[in-house]
Amino acid sequence: MSPTEVLSEAFELGFTYTRSTGPVVGRFLTGLRDRRIEGVRASDGRVIVPPMEYDSDTAAALDDFVEVGQQGEIVSWCWVSEPRRAHPLQQPFAWAMIKLDGADVAMIHCVSAASESQLATGARVKVRWAEETRGHIKDIACFELAEVTQ
Amino acid sequence: MSEAREPVTGIEAPVYLQYQFTAGRAPSRFLSALKQGRLTGQRCPGCSQVYIPPRGACPACGIATEEEVTLSNKATVQSFTIVYIPIPGNPIKPPYIVANLVPDGANISFIHLLSECVNEEVHIGQRVQAVWKPEAEWDYKMDNIIYYKPLDEPDVPVELIGKLGVDGREVQP
Ligand SMILES: [Zn+2]
Repeated sequence: MSPTEVLSEAFELGFTYTRSTGPVVGRFLTGLRDRRIEGVRASDGRVIVPPMEYDSDTAAALDDFVEVGQQGEIVSWCWVSEPRRAHPLQQPFAWAMIKLDGADVAMIHCVSAASESQLATGARVKVRWAEETRGHIKDIACFELAEVTQ
Repeated sequence: MSEAREPVTGIEAPVYLQYQFTAGRAPSRFLSALKQGRLTGQRCPGCSQVYIPPRGACPACGIATEEEVTLSNKATVQSFTIVYIPIPGNPIKPPYIVANLVPDGANISFIHLLSECVNEEVHIGQRVQAVWKPEAEWDYKMDNIIYYKPLDEPDVPVELIGKLGVDGREVQP
């Protein structure tokens, strides 16, 4: 190479973390593996999904697990028109806050839709499970719009 | 999903950072010399310190370093650590030694492996020599040098580490 040529190459740095889930998140993920979604009932009666280990008001340990529905509604959302490599979907999709039936708080996940115009706050969505579940948040492949029956 | 399975207690959560690494002019020259089997540094025109790997400027004087200096394959151990903990993805089996080494002719250390040694006998001031890969395998990479191995030479006194010329003798001011 000439003395002025500058070298450049692709580089990857990987942090191969594993994480301990603890009993509560572990139970949530175990539920996902069995295609169930579980939350936990807080001291004020609200059902929190994903479950929390400790009550946000009293700090007491929580263990009253409650199965919630596999459908819910979009509370808020944001369209991703150019997915990045690490994103869960490789076509345009939405990140959304989704309040599942039986839950009192929304949880974040992705929504697959043909276009941004199909989405709306309040739209009904349902879980699409991954073909193979293994105890990970990606066991929910995504949410998709539920058929509207009127 | 009828078979009983253990509850989930952990998940894999890797993070991968992908980017384009551009070496810059001074490191490009350094890497090109490495591909030719030479270890090089750059000398500061202000304070005469020789830096490896060169970054193109002297951090002390804040001026550009242009003069390229070929360094010796011999070096001195400035400090070291014995690694006992396996790191996932690392092909090197512990225990092994990672050392700060100052090659003769440079005034600053770089990090490399020490091998062909008794780990417990490695010490500061020890003389070592680069072990290169076969020439056919040389690339723009620091690991053209596989590791350093002990050299049967007298130790360098601590106060002289980083002050030897390329001939291994103390540089007279
Ligand atoms: Zn300088």
